[in-house]
Amino acid sequence: MRVIALDAEDDFDGWREGVRAAVQDHVAPERIVWRVGDQPGELFGSEAPATASAANFTVPRAFVDLARKAILHTDRERFALLHTLLVRPGLLDDAADPLVRRVEGLAREVRRDIHKMRAFVRFREVVEPDGARFVAWFEPDFHIVRANAGFFMDRFAAMRWSILTPEVSIHWDGATLAEGPGATKAEAPDGDPVEAMWQSYYAAIFNPARLKVGMMLKEMPRKYWKNMPETALVPQLIAGAQAREAGMVETARTKAGGNIEAAWAALREESMSCTRCPLHEHATQTVFGEGPVDAAMMFVGEQPGDQEDLAGRPFVGPAGQVFDRALTEAGIDRGTIYVTNAVKHFKFEQRGKRRIHAKPDAGEITACRWWIEQERALLRPKRTVALGATAARSLFGKAVTISRERGRALELPGGGEAWITVHPSYLLRLPDPVARTEEYARFVADLKSAAHT
Amino acid sequence: MAQLDTRAKLEILADAAKYDASCASSGSVKRTSRDGKGIGSTDSGMGICHAYAPDGRCISLLKILLTNSCIFDCHYCINRKSSNVRRARFTTDEVVRLTLSFYRRNYIEGLFLSSGIIGSSNYTMEQIVEVARSLREDHEFRGYIHLKTIPDADPELIHQAGLHADRISINVELPTASGLKRLAPEKSQDRIEDAMAGMSDAILDTADAKKHYRSAPRFAPAGQSTQMIVGADAATDRDIVSRAAGLYGSFNLKRVYYSAFSPIPDASAVLPLQRPPLMREHRLYQSDWLMRFYGFKPGEVADAADDNGMMRLDIDPKLAWALKFRGAFPVDVNTGPREMLLRVPGLGTRAVDKIVAARRGRRLTLADIGRLTVSLAKVRPFLIASDWRPVALADKADLQLPKPAAKQMELFG
Repeated sequence: MRVIALDAEDDFDGWREGVRAAVQDHVAPERIVWRVGDQPGELFGSEAPATASAANFTVPRAFVDLARKAILHTDRERFALLHTLLVRPGLLDDAADPLVRRVEGLAREVRRDIHKMRAFVRFREVVEPDGARFVAWFEPDFHIVRANAGFFMDRFAAMRWSILTPEVSIHWDGATLAEGPGATKAEAPDGDPVEAMWQSYYAAIFNPARLKVGMMLKEMPRKYWKNMPETALVPQLIAGAQAREAGMVETARTKAGGNIEAAWAALREESMSCTRCPLHEHATQTVFGEGPVDAAMMFVGEQPGDQEDLAGRPFVGPAGQVFDRALTEAGIDRGTIYVTNAVKHFKFEQRGKRRIHAKPDAGEITACRWWIEQERALLRPKRTVALGATAARSLFGKAVTISRERGRALELPGGGEAWITVHPSYLLRLPDPVARTEEYARFVADLKSAAHT
Repeated sequence: MAQLDTRAKLEILADAAKYDASCASSGSVKRTSRDGKGIGSTDSGMGICHAYAPDGRCISLLKILLTNSCIFDCHYCINRKSSNVRRARFTTDEVVRLTLSFYRRNYIEGLFLSSGIIGSSNYTMEQIVEVARSLREDHEFRGYIHLKTIPDADPELIHQAGLHADRISINVELPTASGLKRLAPEKSQDRIEDAMAGMSDAILDTADAKKHYRSAPRFAPAGQSTQMIVGADAATDRDIVSRAAGLYGSFNLKRVYYSAFSPIPDASAVLPLQRPPLMREHRLYQSDWLMRFYGFKPGEVADAADDNGMMRLDIDPKLAWALKFRGAFPVDVNTGPREMLLRVPGLGTRAVDKIVAARRGRRLTLADIGRLTVSLAKVRPFLIASDWRPVALADKADLQLPKPAAKQMELFG
């Protein structure tokens, strides 16, 4: 057994010399005991003889970089692992090799620790007789403090600072870096008036509508929290987030601002160039909703038909006429309601000269939901009546059975109540005159209950 | 009106800045303050996130507005003229002192300064530039500075901004011109794009001059970026991806940020009041990565969308693309070209680099690949290794796709 003594846990140069000698003397990695600092020696070991022939051999730069990082790990096997890797032919070429993976894993953990130290060190200002000094307390996982000092010297060269850690302390006086023994948290200053400002900033820059705690914990694990002033706020920020978001939505419409009319006109104009689904390619134009923007009731049909497509207005064709008549009988003035469609472009199949209505599919309904949601958000109608299955699907975002749900008020996601009934074109298609009369009466009754319940 | 102290102003003006998605402090030049004058350093690689907020976002810069007063009335913006939020205004000196005292305590990488428009565009821009000038010249600040430029400001002021800042940006705001017209009636797509083109030219010119004269001044060495709001206009994901591709191509942007529209207090009536479609935003970032790192052309990313031009929320766009173009798979890890390996769902750029390096020496098995990726289950159906050949993808119609989380669907709806 050969014993090689290293000055410290992060003594890369000592490791390099020891390994160099071992390689030249053909001592296998398993025949070496690595000893750090004042650890007791191996019983049967012998100190490495100073190798006279310091003839160099070269290793790839990438290996040196990797070893410099991996050596800072706390894994006791790291010195031997690196030695084994070094003497292996091909070295780092094979990233899928288990040993390469293991050593790279060590280096990766060290790099992360280095990065987190650069990120999470928090200096506190202390006033000393000869000026201000910035002192931080940090608890790294690995032996990274010396290796990381350069970063803080680059960044804070004109400041006097100290970073205290359990293993070692480093001090910069503006010109030189000095090392001291490890410290305890009690030796570090507690508090700095600027921390209150920083906490204010931390609380204010957080958007409660986007709570993603898992993401935060992934990058800022709890083990770092105890030494960062801002993290003390996290529990209350999370706890208050729901309430704050609700508050944001609650107060969102305190002042309608009287711009609904203009907003609706702009929305309608924007819809004219809608290409959210392929239906716009063959339709003549977008048929947007119409009616007063302060309407208490909104009616949602399926989609424009042939005549609506040409006129650019909803419910003007045969089904629209049935609808108008039923409205009158139900005692509803069409001038006071808002009428729109779940799908805003005409879908058809060309048969000879005729354009035959085709039912919109789920994708088209979904694509068009954006518009109807905007209309509903603007008007905020107390009651929304879905005419037919397509309209119901659009409002609820899922298939709804009309026969089961008609005749009563349902709660709409996002507020307001919904009523579901058949589409007037269904009445036109019923071949049996008796059934048609009955269904028509039922339709009128549905409209009445929706309007007057 | 009572004077607000700096802390009260900070609360208002940081709160007002929380809707901006960009936070990067990366990709600048290397600078240090080792000469003992001034303070700060930057790296040419990644910036540092000094903290994370409970919304999962990195806090790397002091991101604030100079003022949240504004003469514009953009509907999506909390700071618009007609909003009744509390108003505050920092002096330029307050911002400088705040930045330095936070920086000295290692809370931040630098400053990201934006502002509502007060007085005139030029006046506002002058104030923004003055903060950066003072930090750089009076205090020799060498940390990161990101300045948001005002669309109508004098090109000379924008030039000044670029000389002090690491990154400059101007928001395109909405992906469609019609959306911009509806939600930001005082802004114009043409003016925004003119400003971007101007910044792009200046960045290219100075980069070129730097090759010839070492003393040539730096202009926004970390480039320019922009942000668009997602979910407040009718644009589909396909529209957004192609808009972003156009912006990357035309203006040499470093980044396009996507910000899911979030409900704001006292919102204009034009806006939806839903929770932001966070998963949609995430899918857009993933699409963006496909273009920037994985060699996908904008049209190919758009192909990953469904018939309505929307990305699937339940699976990532790379997997969606692979399922749509099953004929391109499986790819042989031992012989397949790098470009095709990059298209394998679950293989990142690093894993691909390692595969290409490792296969020079030997043939790789499935277990080897397992050591190089996070999820072997995900990549397995798309790969051939020396000891592995998947059953034809077409037979396993939808593989073992992760079930969509109910929560995500709700966010979208």
